Amino acid sequence: MRKAIVCLGVAAVLTAGWLIAGCSRARQATRLIGSTSILPFAEMLAEEFNALNPDMHVEVQGGGSAAGLQAVADGIAEIGMCSRGLKSQELEQYEPIVIAFDGLSVVVYPGNPVSDLSLEQIRGIFTGQITNWSQLGGGDGPIHVITREEGSGTREAFQKMVMGEARISRRAVTQESNGAVKELVRNDPASIGYMSMGLAGELKNLSIAHARPTRQNVLPDSKGQRKYSLVRPFLFVTRKGAPMPTGAKRFVDFVLSPRGGAMLEKEGLVAPRETGQSH
Amino acid sequence: MLVAFSAVSALALITAFIFRAGLPIMMKVGLGDFIFSNEWRPTDASPSFGIFPMIMGSLAVTAGAMVIGVSLGLACAIVLTQFCHPRAVSVLKPAIELLAGIPSVVFGFIGVVILVPLIRQYLGGWGLSVLAASLVLGIMMLPTVTSITVDALQAVPRSYGDGSIALGATKWQTTHMVLLKAAGSGIMAAVILGMGRAIGETMAVIMVIGNWLDVPHSILDPARTLTSNIALEMGYSAGEHRQALFATGVVLFVIIMAVNTAALAFSRHHLRKAGMR
Repeated sequence: MRKAIVCLGVAAVLTAGWLIAGCSRARQATRLIGSTSILPFAEMLAEEFNALNPDMHVEVQGGGSAAGLQAVADGIAEIGMCSRGLKSQELEQYEPIVIAFDGLSVVVYPGNPVSDLSLEQIRGIFTGQITNWSQLGGGDGPIHVITREEGSGTREAFQKMVMGEARISRRAVTQESNGAVKELVRNDPASIGYMSMGLAGELKNLSIAHARPTRQNVLPDSKGQRKYSLVRPFLFVTRKGAPMPTGAKRFVDFVLSPRGGAMLEKEGLVAPRETGQSH
Repeated sequence: MLVAFSAVSALALITAFIFRAGLPIMMKVGLGDFIFSNEWRPTDASPSFGIFPMIMGSLAVTAGAMVIGVSLGLACAIVLTQFCHPRAVSVLKPAIELLAGIPSVVFGFIGVVILVPLIRQYLGGWGLSVLAASLVLGIMMLPTVTSITVDALQAVPRSYGDGSIALGATKWQTTHMVLLKAAGSGIMAAVILGMGRAIGETMAVIMVIGNWLDVPHSILDPARTLTSNIALEMGYSAGEHRQALFATGVVLFVIIMAVNTAALAFSRHHLRKAGMR
Protein backbone atom coordinates (compact mmCIF):
# COMPACT_ATOMS: atom_id res chain seq x y z
CA MET A 1 0.00 0.00 0.00
CA ARG A 2 2.68 2.46 1.08
CA LYS A 3 4.68 1.44 -1.96
CA ALA A 4 1.77 2.27 -4.23
CA ILE A 5 1.39 5.71 -2.63
CA VAL A 6 5.09 6.43 -3.10
CA CYS A 7 4.82 5.34 -6.72
CA LEU A 8 1.84 7.61 -7.30
CA GLY A 9 3.63 10.49 -5.60
CA VAL A 10 6.69 10.10 -7.80
CA ALA A 11 4.51 9.90 -10.89
CA ALA A 12 2.61 13.03 -9.85
CA VAL A 13 5.81 15.00 -9.27
CA LEU A 14 7.23 13.87 -12.60
CA THR A 15 4.03 14.79 -14.43
CA ALA A 16 3.87 18.18 -12.76
CA GLY A 17 7.50 18.86 -13.62
CA TRP A 18 6.88 17.84 -17.21
CA LEU A 19 3.79 20.02 -17.45
CA ILE A 20 5.58 23.05 -16.02
CA ALA A 21 8.51 22.56 -18.36
CA GLY A 22 6.09 22.14 -21.26
CA CYS A 23 4.16 25.27 -20.33
CA SER A 24 7.22 27.44 -20.00
CA ARG A 25 8.46 26.27 -23.36
CA ALA A 26 5.07 26.91 -24.96
CA ARG A 27 5.04 30.43 -23.53
CA GLN A 28 8.31 31.40 -25.11
CA ALA A 29 7.98 29.72 -28.49
CA THR A 30 6.46 31.75 -31.29
CA ARG A 31 5.48 30.10 -34.53
CA LEU A 32 5.26 31.80 -37.91
CA ILE A 33 3.63 30.01 -40.84
CA GLY A 34 2.86 31.23 -44.32
CA SER A 35 4.10 32.67 -47.58
CA THR A 36 7.21 31.16 -49.11
CA SER A 37 8.00 34.64 -50.46
CA ILE A 38 8.38 36.02 -46.93
CA LEU A 39 9.93 32.83 -45.56
CA PRO A 40 13.63 33.56 -46.27
CA PHE A 41 13.35 37.07 -44.79
CA ALA A 42 11.43 35.86 -41.74
CA GLU A 43 14.02 33.12 -41.18
CA MET A 44 16.80 35.65 -41.26
CA LEU A 45 14.97 37.93 -38.82
CA ALA A 46 14.09 35.01 -36.54
CA GLU A 47 17.72 33.87 -36.41
CA GLU A 48 18.87 37.33 -35.36
CA PHE A 49 16.00 37.67 -32.86
CA ASN A 50 16.72 34.27 -31.29
CA ALA A 51 20.38 35.17 -30.95
CA LEU A 52 19.52 38.48 -29.27
CA ASN A 53 16.87 36.97 -26.98
CA PRO A 54 18.04 33.64 -25.55
CA ASP A 55 14.83 33.34 -23.51
CA MET A 56 12.68 33.48 -26.65
CA HIS A 57 12.39 31.17 -29.61
CA VAL A 58 10.84 31.97 -32.97
CA GLU A 59 10.19 29.18 -35.46
CA VAL A 60 9.38 29.84 -39.12
CA GLN A 61 7.61 27.56 -41.59
CA GLY A 62 6.47 27.92 -45.20
CA GLY A 63 3.25 26.59 -46.71
CA GLY A 64 1.88 29.60 -48.55
CA SER A 65 -0.15 32.69 -47.68
CA ALA A 66 -3.47 30.88 -47.49
CA ALA A 67 -2.01 28.18 -45.27
CA GLY A 68 -0.58 30.90 -43.03
CA LEU A 69 -3.98 32.54 -42.57
CA GLN A 70 -5.55 29.16 -41.89
CA ALA A 71 -2.86 28.37 -39.31
CA VAL A 72 -3.58 31.60 -37.43
CA ALA A 73 -7.31 30.90 -37.48
CA ASP A 74 -6.70 27.38 -36.14
CA GLY A 75 -4.29 28.62 -33.47
CA ILE A 76 -1.42 26.56 -34.90
CA ALA A 77 0.66 29.70 -35.40
CA GLU A 78 0.75 32.98 -33.50
CA ILE A 79 1.71 34.90 -36.63
CA GLY A 80 0.79 34.19 -40.25
CA MET A 81 2.88 35.47 -43.15
CA CYS A 82 0.87 36.77 -46.09
CA SER A 83 2.40 38.16 -49.27
CA ARG A 84 -0.66 40.02 -50.55
CA GLY A 85 -3.15 42.55 -49.19
CA LEU A 86 -6.00 41.05 -47.17
CA LYS A 87 -9.45 40.86 -48.71
CA SER A 88 -12.28 42.69 -46.98
CA GLN A 89 -13.84 39.58 -45.46
CA GLU A 90 -10.41 38.47 -44.22
CA LEU A 91 -9.97 41.83 -42.47
CA GLU A 92 -12.91 40.96 -40.22
CA GLN A 93 -10.96 38.00 -38.88
CA TYR A 94 -7.30 39.04 -39.07
CA GLU A 95 -5.13 41.96 -38.02
CA PRO A 96 -2.48 42.80 -40.67
CA ILE A 97 0.88 44.39 -39.84
CA VAL A 98 2.87 45.67 -42.83
CA ILE A 99 6.50 44.63 -42.29
CA ALA A 100 7.77 45.63 -45.73
CA PHE A 101 6.87 46.46 -49.29
CA ASP A 102 8.07 44.19 -52.03
CA GLY A 103 8.47 44.92 -55.69
CA LEU A 104 7.25 42.06 -57.87
CA SER A 105 9.89 41.38 -60.52
CA VAL A 106 9.14 40.00 -63.94
CA VAL A 107 12.21 37.87 -64.60
CA VAL A 108 13.81 36.38 -67.70
CA TYR A 109 16.93 34.40 -68.56
CA PRO A 110 20.07 36.47 -67.82
CA GLY A 111 21.11 36.49 -71.50
CA ASN A 112 17.71 37.56 -72.86
CA PRO A 113 18.09 40.73 -75.01
CA VAL A 114 14.62 42.01 -74.05
CA SER A 115 14.85 44.37 -71.08
CA ASP A 116 11.75 46.53 -71.04
CA LEU A 117 8.06 45.65 -71.45
CA SER A 118 4.82 47.46 -70.86
CA LEU A 119 2.15 46.08 -68.54
CA GLU A 120 -0.01 45.32 -71.60
CA GLN A 121 2.80 43.33 -73.19
CA ILE A 122 3.29 41.30 -70.00
CA ARG A 123 -0.44 40.69 -69.83
CA GLY A 124 -0.35 39.60 -73.47
CA ILE A 125 2.45 37.12 -72.75
CA PHE A 126 0.71 35.59 -69.75
CA THR A 127 -2.68 35.33 -71.45
CA GLY A 128 -0.98 33.54 -74.35
CA GLN A 129 -1.65 36.18 -77.04
CA ILE A 130 2.03 37.01 -77.47
CA THR A 131 3.89 33.77 -78.06
CA ASN A 132 7.20 34.64 -79.71
CA TRP A 133 10.11 36.67 -78.37
CA SER A 134 10.49 38.33 -81.78
CA GLN A 135 7.17 40.11 -81.16
CA LEU A 136 8.91 41.84 -78.26
CA GLY A 137 12.20 42.71 -79.94
CA GLY A 138 14.03 39.56 -78.90
CA GLY A 139 15.31 36.63 -80.93
CA ASP A 140 12.95 34.32 -82.82
CA GLY A 141 11.61 31.58 -80.54
CA PRO A 142 8.60 30.58 -78.46
CA ILE A 143 8.04 32.18 -75.05
CA HIS A 144 7.97 29.76 -72.13
CA VAL A 145 5.58 31.23 -69.57
CA ILE A 146 6.00 30.16 -65.96
CA THR A 147 3.38 30.83 -63.33
CA ARG A 148 2.72 29.80 -59.73
CA GLU A 149 0.06 27.43 -58.46
CA GLU A 150 -3.49 28.46 -57.50
CA GLY A 151 -3.46 29.91 -53.99
CA SER A 152 0.10 31.23 -54.02
CA GLY A 153 0.24 34.81 -52.65
CA THR A 154 2.68 35.77 -55.38
CA ARG A 155 0.28 34.53 -58.03
CA GLU A 156 -2.63 36.37 -56.47
CA ALA A 157 -0.59 39.57 -56.32
CA PHE A 158 0.47 39.12 -59.97
CA GLN A 159 -3.09 38.35 -61.03
CA LYS A 160 -4.38 41.47 -59.33
CA MET A 161 -1.65 43.90 -60.36
CA VAL A 162 -0.90 42.70 -63.90
CA MET A 163 -3.65 40.47 -65.22
CA GLY A 164 -6.70 42.22 -63.80
CA GLU A 165 -9.68 40.35 -65.20
CA ALA A 166 -7.61 38.48 -67.80
CA ARG A 167 -6.76 34.82 -67.22
CA ILE A 168 -3.32 33.30 -67.15
CA SER A 169 -2.92 30.97 -70.11
CA ARG A 170 -3.59 27.25 -69.77
CA ARG A 171 -0.26 26.69 -71.44
CA ALA A 172 1.71 28.34 -68.64
CA VAL A 173 3.88 25.89 -66.77
CA THR A 174 3.04 25.84 -63.06
CA GLN A 175 5.75 25.61 -60.41
CA GLU A 176 5.04 25.35 -56.72
CA SER A 177 7.76 27.54 -55.23
CA ASN A 178 9.87 30.61 -55.91
CA GLY A 179 12.91 28.33 -55.90
CA ALA A 180 11.49 26.13 -58.66
CA VAL A 181 10.60 29.16 -60.81
CA LYS A 182 14.09 30.55 -60.31
CA GLU A 183 15.78 27.27 -61.21
CA LEU A 184 13.74 27.07 -64.40
CA VAL A 185 14.26 30.68 -65.52
CA ARG A 186 17.98 30.51 -64.82
CA ASN A 187 18.37 27.56 -67.18
CA ASP A 188 15.80 28.16 -69.92
CA PRO A 189 16.65 31.00 -72.37
CA ALA A 190 13.02 31.19 -73.55
CA SER A 191 11.42 31.53 -70.14
CA ILE A 192 9.62 34.35 -68.35
CA GLY A 193 8.30 34.26 -64.80
CA TYR A 194 7.59 36.48 -61.82
CA MET A 195 8.76 36.57 -58.23
CA SER A 196 9.63 38.81 -55.35
CA MET A 197 12.22 41.44 -56.29
CA GLY A 198 14.44 40.47 -53.36
CA LEU A 199 14.61 36.82 -54.48
CA ALA A 200 15.42 37.35 -58.15
CA GLY A 201 19.19 37.20 -57.58
CA GLU A 202 21.14 36.69 -60.77
CA LEU A 203 18.04 36.56 -62.99
CA LYS A 204 17.36 39.48 -65.32
CA ASN A 205 14.70 41.85 -63.93
CA LEU A 206 12.66 43.46 -66.69
CA SER A 207 11.85 47.12 -66.30
CA ILE A 208 8.16 47.87 -66.70
CA ALA A 209 7.20 50.99 -68.63
CA HIS A 210 10.85 52.11 -68.29
CA ALA A 211 10.90 51.83 -64.50
CA ARG A 212 13.34 49.32 -63.05
CA PRO A 213 12.36 47.36 -59.94
CA THR A 214 14.69 49.19 -57.56
CA ARG A 215 14.22 50.42 -54.02
CA GLN A 216 14.04 54.00 -55.32
CA ASN A 217 11.22 53.17 -57.71
CA VAL A 218 9.28 51.07 -55.22
CA LEU A 219 9.23 53.92 -52.66
CA PRO A 220 6.32 56.34 -53.05
CA ASP A 221 7.36 59.92 -53.87
CA SER A 222 6.05 62.98 -52.06
CA LYS A 223 2.68 62.62 -53.81
CA GLY A 224 2.43 58.97 -52.82
CA GLN A 225 3.05 57.82 -56.40
CA ARG A 226 5.40 54.98 -57.27
CA LYS A 227 7.46 54.80 -60.45
CA TYR A 228 7.40 51.00 -60.41
CA SER A 229 3.83 49.77 -60.42
CA LEU A 230 4.11 46.17 -59.20
CA VAL A 231 4.39 46.59 -55.44
CA ARG A 232 2.72 44.49 -52.78
CA PRO A 233 2.81 44.52 -48.99
CA PHE A 234 4.41 41.76 -46.93
CA LEU A 235 2.18 41.18 -43.94
CA PHE A 236 2.42 39.59 -40.55
CA VAL A 237 -1.11 38.56 -39.68
CA THR A 238 -2.50 37.93 -36.22
CA ARG A 239 -5.93 36.98 -34.98
CA LYS A 240 -8.21 39.98 -34.60
CA GLY A 241 -9.42 40.80 -31.10
CA ALA A 242 -7.00 38.46 -29.34
CA PRO A 243 -4.04 39.94 -27.45
CA MET A 244 -0.71 38.97 -29.00
CA PRO A 245 1.44 36.66 -26.81
CA THR A 246 4.55 38.34 -25.39
CA GLY A 247 6.95 36.41 -27.63
CA ALA A 248 5.05 37.31 -30.79
CA LYS A 249 4.76 40.94 -29.70
CA ARG A 250 8.48 41.23 -29.04
CA PHE A 251 9.29 39.64 -32.40
CA VAL A 252 6.98 42.02 -34.28
CA ASP A 253 8.50 44.98 -32.43
CA PHE A 254 11.94 43.72 -33.42
CA VAL A 255 10.96 43.38 -37.08
CA LEU A 256 9.50 46.90 -37.13
CA SER A 257 12.51 48.38 -35.31
CA PRO A 258 15.17 50.27 -37.31
CA ARG A 259 17.46 47.27 -36.90
CA GLY A 260 14.90 44.85 -38.38
CA GLY A 261 14.06 47.36 -41.11
CA ALA A 262 17.73 47.69 -42.04
CA MET A 263 18.03 43.91 -42.35
CA LEU A 264 15.03 43.80 -44.71
CA GLU A 265 16.37 46.72 -46.76
CA LYS A 266 19.68 44.95 -47.17
CA GLU A 267 17.83 42.02 -48.74
CA GLY A 268 16.09 44.19 -51.32
CA LEU A 269 12.79 44.89 -49.58
CA VAL A 270 11.53 48.33 -48.59
CA ALA A 271 10.70 48.83 -44.92
CA PRO A 272 7.51 50.80 -44.15
CA ARG A 273 9.21 53.04 -41.57
CA GLU A 274 11.59 54.33 -44.23
CA THR A 275 8.61 55.02 -46.45
CA GLY A 276 7.10 57.15 -43.71
CA GLN A 277 10.27 59.18 -43.24
CA SER A 278 10.63 59.87 -46.94
CA HIS A 279 7.37 61.82 -47.00
CA MET B 1 -8.30 -11.81 -38.03
CA LEU B 2 -8.54 -8.55 -36.07
CA VAL B 3 -5.34 -7.28 -37.64
CA ALA B 4 -6.58 -8.06 -41.12
CA PHE B 5 -9.81 -6.33 -40.28
CA SER B 6 -7.99 -3.16 -39.20
CA ALA B 7 -6.34 -2.90 -42.60
CA VAL B 8 -9.64 -3.44 -44.37
CA SER B 9 -11.43 -0.91 -42.18
CA ALA B 10 -8.73 1.65 -42.98
CA LEU B 11 -9.44 1.08 -46.66
CA ALA B 12 -13.17 1.36 -46.08
CA LEU B 13 -12.74 4.58 -44.10
CA ILE B 14 -10.54 6.17 -46.76
CA THR B 15 -12.95 5.16 -49.49
CA ALA B 16 -15.95 6.50 -47.62
CA PHE B 17 -14.11 9.72 -46.80
CA ILE B 18 -12.92 10.64 -50.28
CA PHE B 19 -16.21 9.70 -51.87
CA ARG B 20 -18.15 11.72 -49.32
CA ALA B 21 -15.88 14.71 -49.81
CA GLY B 22 -15.71 14.45 -53.59
CA LEU B 23 -19.07 13.23 -54.82
CA PRO B 24 -21.20 16.35 -54.09
CA ILE B 25 -19.18 18.56 -56.43
CA MET B 26 -19.16 15.85 -59.12
CA MET B 27 -22.94 15.73 -58.92
CA LYS B 28 -23.18 19.51 -58.99
CA VAL B 29 -20.88 19.96 -61.99
CA GLY B 30 -22.21 16.84 -63.67
CA LEU B 31 -20.10 13.73 -64.12
CA GLY B 32 -19.76 14.26 -67.86
CA ASP B 33 -18.63 17.87 -67.50
CA PHE B 34 -16.29 17.02 -64.68
CA ILE B 35 -14.52 14.33 -66.68
CA PHE B 36 -14.71 15.74 -70.21
CA SER B 37 -14.51 19.51 -69.78
CA ASN B 38 -11.22 21.22 -70.57
CA GLU B 39 -11.65 24.15 -68.21
CA TRP B 40 -10.06 24.00 -64.76
CA ARG B 41 -10.54 27.40 -63.13
CA PRO B 42 -11.18 26.53 -59.50
CA THR B 43 -10.74 30.01 -57.98
CA ASP B 44 -12.52 32.10 -60.61
CA ALA B 45 -15.55 34.17 -59.72
CA SER B 46 -17.55 31.68 -61.77
CA PRO B 47 -15.39 28.58 -61.26
CA SER B 48 -15.34 25.62 -63.60
CA PHE B 49 -14.03 22.19 -62.80
CA GLY B 50 -13.00 20.03 -65.73
CA ILE B 51 -10.26 17.48 -65.30
CA PHE B 52 -10.03 16.15 -68.85
CA PRO B 53 -6.50 17.56 -69.37
CA MET B 54 -5.34 15.88 -66.16
CA ILE B 55 -6.85 12.55 -67.16
CA MET B 56 -5.10 12.81 -70.52
CA GLY B 57 -1.89 13.84 -68.76
CA SER B 58 -2.05 10.83 -66.46
CA LEU B 59 -2.79 8.49 -69.36
CA ALA B 60 0.01 9.91 -71.52
CA VAL B 61 2.58 9.71 -68.76
CA THR B 62 1.51 6.24 -67.75
CA ALA B 63 1.62 4.98 -71.33
CA GLY B 64 5.09 6.46 -71.80
CA ALA B 65 6.30 4.99 -68.53
CA MET B 66 4.95 1.57 -69.52
CA VAL B 67 6.81 1.60 -72.83
CA ILE B 68 10.07 2.28 -71.00
CA GLY B 69 9.47 0.37 -67.79
CA VAL B 70 7.94 -2.74 -69.32
CA SER B 71 10.45 -3.18 -72.14
CA LEU B 72 13.41 -2.66 -69.81
CA GLY B 73 11.84 -4.67 -67.00
CA LEU B 74 10.98 -7.62 -69.23
CA ALA B 75 14.45 -7.59 -70.75
CA CYS B 76 16.01 -7.49 -67.28
CA ALA B 77 13.89 -10.40 -66.08
CA ILE B 78 14.68 -12.54 -69.13
CA VAL B 79 18.40 -11.92 -68.82
CA LEU B 80 18.34 -12.58 -65.09
CA THR B 81 16.47 -15.89 -65.33
CA GLN B 82 17.83 -17.32 -68.59
CA PHE B 83 21.16 -15.87 -69.59
CA CYS B 84 22.90 -15.02 -66.36
CA HIS B 85 25.24 -16.89 -64.07
CA PRO B 86 23.43 -17.58 -60.76
CA ARG B 87 26.13 -15.76 -58.83
CA ALA B 88 25.65 -12.64 -60.97
CA VAL B 89 21.90 -12.92 -60.40
CA SER B 90 22.42 -12.98 -56.63
CA VAL B 91 24.05 -9.54 -56.93
CA LEU B 92 21.97 -8.02 -59.74
CA LYS B 93 18.47 -8.85 -58.52
CA PRO B 94 18.84 -7.25 -55.07
CA ALA B 95 20.49 -4.25 -56.75
CA ILE B 96 17.47 -3.76 -59.01
CA GLU B 97 15.13 -4.19 -56.06
CA LEU B 98 17.12 -1.55 -54.20
CA LEU B 99 15.83 0.95 -56.79
CA ALA B 100 12.40 0.62 -55.19
CA GLY B 101 13.81 1.99 -51.94
CA ILE B 102 14.99 5.31 -53.39
CA PRO B 103 12.55 8.06 -52.37
CA SER B 104 10.53 9.48 -55.23
CA VAL B 105 11.63 13.04 -54.50
CA VAL B 106 15.19 11.95 -55.26
CA PHE B 107 14.07 10.60 -58.64
CA GLY B 108 12.30 13.91 -59.25
CA PHE B 109 15.36 15.92 -58.28
CA ILE B 110 17.62 13.95 -60.58
CA GLY B 111 15.01 14.39 -63.31
CA VAL B 112 14.93 18.17 -62.89
CA VAL B 113 18.65 18.65 -62.60
CA ILE B 114 19.88 16.23 -65.27
CA LEU B 115 17.10 14.95 -67.50
CA VAL B 116 15.09 18.14 -68.07
CA PRO B 117 18.05 20.27 -69.25
CA LEU B 118 19.20 17.42 -71.52
CA ILE B 119 15.79 17.16 -73.16
CA ARG B 120 15.55 20.93 -73.53
CA GLN B 121 19.00 21.12 -75.11
CA TYR B 122 18.80 18.17 -77.50
CA LEU B 123 15.10 17.74 -78.29
CA GLY B 124 13.86 21.30 -77.77
CA GLY B 125 10.73 22.55 -76.09
CA TRP B 126 10.34 23.02 -72.39
CA GLY B 127 12.36 20.13 -71.07
CA LEU B 128 9.63 19.70 -68.48
CA SER B 129 7.58 17.22 -70.42
CA VAL B 130 5.60 14.02 -70.69
CA LEU B 131 8.83 12.44 -71.93
CA ALA B 132 10.79 13.45 -68.82
CA ALA B 133 8.03 12.16 -66.54
CA SER B 134 7.78 8.92 -68.54
CA LEU B 135 11.50 8.29 -68.27
CA VAL B 136 11.56 8.93 -64.54
CA LEU B 137 8.46 6.79 -63.91
CA GLY B 138 9.68 4.06 -66.24
CA ILE B 139 12.80 3.70 -64.15
CA MET B 140 10.80 3.89 -60.93
CA MET B 141 8.59 0.99 -62.00
CA LEU B 142 11.54 -1.16 -63.13
CA PRO B 143 11.95 -3.03 -59.81
CA THR B 144 8.24 -3.91 -59.63
CA VAL B 145 8.08 -5.19 -63.19
CA THR B 146 11.42 -6.99 -63.03
CA SER B 147 10.97 -8.85 -59.77
CA ILE B 148 7.42 -10.02 -60.46
CA THR B 149 8.37 -11.13 -63.98
CA VAL B 150 11.38 -13.01 -62.59
CA ASP B 151 9.06 -14.82 -60.16
CA ALA B 152 6.62 -15.64 -62.97
CA LEU B 153 9.39 -17.02 -65.20
CA GLN B 154 10.86 -19.07 -62.37
CA ALA B 155 7.41 -20.55 -61.65
CA VAL B 156 7.28 -22.13 -65.12
CA PRO B 157 7.94 -25.85 -64.66
CA ARG B 158 11.47 -26.89 -65.69
CA SER B 159 10.10 -29.59 -67.97
CA TYR B 160 8.70 -26.96 -70.37
CA GLY B 161 12.12 -25.47 -71.05
CA ASP B 162 13.88 -28.85 -71.06
CA GLY B 163 11.32 -30.25 -73.50
CA SER B 164 11.75 -27.35 -75.87
CA ILE B 165 15.56 -27.63 -75.77
CA ALA B 166 15.29 -31.39 -76.34
CA LEU B 167 13.23 -30.72 -79.45
CA GLY B 168 16.17 -28.75 -80.83
CA ALA B 169 15.05 -25.20 -80.12
CA THR B 170 17.76 -22.72 -79.20
CA LYS B 171 17.82 -21.08 -75.79
CA TRP B 172 16.37 -17.83 -77.18
CA GLN B 173 13.63 -19.64 -79.11
CA THR B 174 12.75 -21.53 -75.95
CA THR B 175 12.61 -18.32 -73.94
CA HIS B 176 10.37 -16.27 -76.17
CA MET B 177 8.19 -19.02 -77.64
CA VAL B 178 7.70 -21.25 -74.62
CA LEU B 179 8.62 -19.60 -71.33
CA LEU B 180 7.17 -16.13 -72.01
CA LYS B 181 3.92 -17.76 -73.20
CA ALA B 182 3.72 -20.01 -70.16
CA ALA B 183 4.42 -17.12 -67.77
CA GLY B 184 2.12 -14.79 -69.72
CA SER B 185 -0.49 -14.08 -67.09
CA GLY B 186 2.15 -13.52 -64.40
CA ILE B 187 3.91 -11.06 -66.67
CA MET B 188 0.60 -9.33 -67.31
CA ALA B 189 0.16 -8.93 -63.56
CA ALA B 190 3.66 -7.43 -63.34
CA VAL B 191 2.83 -4.95 -66.08
CA ILE B 192 -0.43 -3.92 -64.46
CA LEU B 193 1.13 -3.49 -61.03
CA GLY B 194 3.84 -1.34 -62.60
CA MET B 195 1.12 0.69 -64.25
CA GLY B 196 -0.58 1.25 -60.91
CA ARG B 197 2.72 2.55 -59.54
CA ALA B 198 3.11 4.95 -62.47
CA ILE B 199 -0.42 6.30 -62.30
CA GLY B 200 -0.26 6.94 -58.57
CA GLU B 201 3.20 8.50 -58.34
CA THR B 202 3.09 12.18 -57.38
CA MET B 203 6.22 13.90 -56.15
CA ALA B 204 8.64 12.90 -58.90
CA VAL B 205 6.00 13.76 -61.51
CA ILE B 206 5.24 17.25 -60.14
CA MET B 207 8.90 18.12 -60.37
CA VAL B 208 9.46 17.13 -63.99
CA ILE B 209 6.15 17.50 -65.82
CA GLY B 210 5.57 21.27 -65.76
CA ASN B 211 1.94 21.02 -64.61
CA TRP B 212 0.28 23.14 -67.25
CA LEU B 213 -3.47 22.99 -67.75
CA ASP B 214 -3.66 21.99 -71.39
CA VAL B 215 -3.90 18.55 -72.98
CA PRO B 216 -0.39 17.54 -74.12
CA HIS B 217 -0.07 17.34 -77.91
CA SER B 218 3.38 15.77 -78.09
CA ILE B 219 5.71 13.96 -75.73
CA LEU B 220 7.77 17.15 -75.47
CA ASP B 221 4.79 19.12 -74.13
CA PRO B 222 4.27 19.64 -70.42
CA ALA B 223 1.10 18.21 -68.90
CA ARG B 224 -0.62 17.91 -65.56
CA THR B 225 -1.56 14.58 -64.00
CA LEU B 226 -4.41 13.82 -61.61
CA THR B 227 -1.98 13.30 -58.74
CA SER B 228 0.00 16.47 -59.38
CA ASN B 229 -3.21 18.48 -59.61
CA ILE B 230 -4.24 17.31 -56.15
CA ALA B 231 -0.84 17.80 -54.55
CA LEU B 232 -0.21 21.22 -56.13
CA GLU B 233 -3.44 22.80 -55.01
CA MET B 234 -4.57 20.92 -51.91
CA GLY B 235 -2.53 23.02 -49.50
CA TYR B 236 -4.35 26.20 -50.39
CA SER B 237 -7.77 25.08 -51.40
CA ALA B 238 -11.04 25.73 -49.66
CA GLY B 239 -14.73 25.15 -50.30
CA GLU B 240 -15.69 23.86 -53.73
CA HIS B 241 -12.08 23.90 -54.89
CA ARG B 242 -11.18 21.47 -52.13
CA GLN B 243 -14.16 19.27 -52.96
CA ALA B 244 -13.13 19.26 -56.60
CA LEU B 245 -9.67 18.06 -55.61
CA PHE B 246 -11.25 15.24 -53.62
CA ALA B 247 -13.35 14.47 -56.68
CA THR B 248 -10.11 14.30 -58.69
CA GLY B 249 -9.04 11.80 -56.03
CA VAL B 250 -12.23 9.81 -56.59
CA VAL B 251 -11.46 9.51 -60.31
CA LEU B 252 -7.89 8.46 -59.52
CA PHE B 253 -9.18 5.99 -56.95
CA VAL B 254 -11.54 4.39 -59.44
CA ILE B 255 -8.78 4.09 -62.05
CA ILE B 256 -6.32 2.55 -59.58
CA MET B 257 -8.95 0.16 -58.22
CA ALA B 258 -9.73 -0.99 -61.74
CA VAL B 259 -6.03 -1.50 -62.48
CA ASN B 260 -5.41 -3.43 -59.25
CA THR B 261 -8.49 -5.60 -59.70
CA ALA B 262 -7.28 -6.47 -63.18
CA ALA B 263 -3.85 -7.34 -61.77
CA LEU B 264 -5.43 -9.52 -59.12
CA ALA B 265 -7.60 -11.31 -61.66
CA PHE B 266 -4.60 -12.01 -63.86
CA SER B 267 -2.46 -13.35 -61.03
CA ARG B 268 -5.34 -15.59 -59.79
CA HIS B 269 -5.69 -16.94 -63.30
CA HIS B 270 -1.95 -17.54 -63.33
CA LEU B 271 -2.01 -19.41 -60.02
CA ARG B 272 -4.90 -21.59 -61.12
CA LYS B 273 -3.06 -22.50 -64.28
CA ALA B 274 0.10 -23.26 -62.34
CA GLY B 275 -1.89 -25.36 -59.86
CA MET B 276 -3.42 -27.49 -62.59
CA ARG B 277 -0.05 -28.67 -63.77
